[in-house]
Amino acid sequence: MKLQEIIDSLSLKVETPAADLGREVNGAYVSDMMSDVMGNAKDGFLWITIQVHLNIIAVASLKNLSGIILVNSRVPAEDTLKKAIAENIPIMTTPLSAFDLVGLLYGLGLRCR
Amino acid sequence: MLSSEGVFFLTGKDFKNAGAASSSLKGILEGMGIPAATIRRVAIAAFEAEMNTIIYAVAGMMNYFITPEMIKIRIQDMGPGIPDIDQAMKEGYSTAPDYIREMGFGSGMGLPNIKRNADALTVNSIVGEGTTVEFFINLTPCD
Repeated sequence: MKLQEIIDSLSLKVETPAADLGREVNGAYVSDMMSDVMGNAKDGFLWITIQVHLNIIAVASLKNLSGIILVNSRVPAEDTLKKAIAENIPIMTTPLSAFDLVGLLYGLGLRCR
Repeated sequence: MLSSEGVFFLTGKDFKNAGAASSSLKGILEGMGIPAATIRRVAIAAFEAEMNTIIYAVAGMMNYFITPEMIKIRIQDMGPGIPDIDQAMKEGYSTAPDYIREMGFGSGMGLPNIKRNADALTVNSIVGEGTTVEFFINLTPCD
């Protein structure tokens, strides 16, 4: 499933329009702990979190994640956005909780591959 | 394949540049044509060791040595040291302060993540002086 399809289907707000939204999404991982994501997320996964600080971009970049969705109306820090654009990591935001968002992603047919 | 070595300098509490050394190392490995699965393991282990230095130490450095047979990473820090290394290796054990945990670090998964992704790991530490983490990831024969 392409990232752009997910963005359109769930009305996610794209905070980094310049980043690559055409990437293939291979699954998703929900966590607010950096080492948990480092250890358990896989290539092409979407990362769902409430963390908004700069270091999420380093984690997403090192793990080749397809993007980060910030839930609960969290707003990315300004330096986070700058780094996201520089590293080509798409950031999306939503007022939904992680639980609701994941339910909808499952409903769209997204599964971990 | 060519060999390569180098060093990155790390500054304690510099969260703005946290992960930069591991990202640069990943780029170097990609440029050398190292298999993606191997790079994924190096990236996880290097990031965890880099973050430990940033979170706990005043400063440190990450040396890397790449040969056709293996990748060796050594992270030496000027930090508080680890009084009980066996305890630090246990998943979930952490001495990180609250503000570090609020950022999603300090979950006690760092050293276990390194161990899981490395073919060999040694941790040496002197309390009050610092910690040296060294790990190897083999490149032969299956790579």
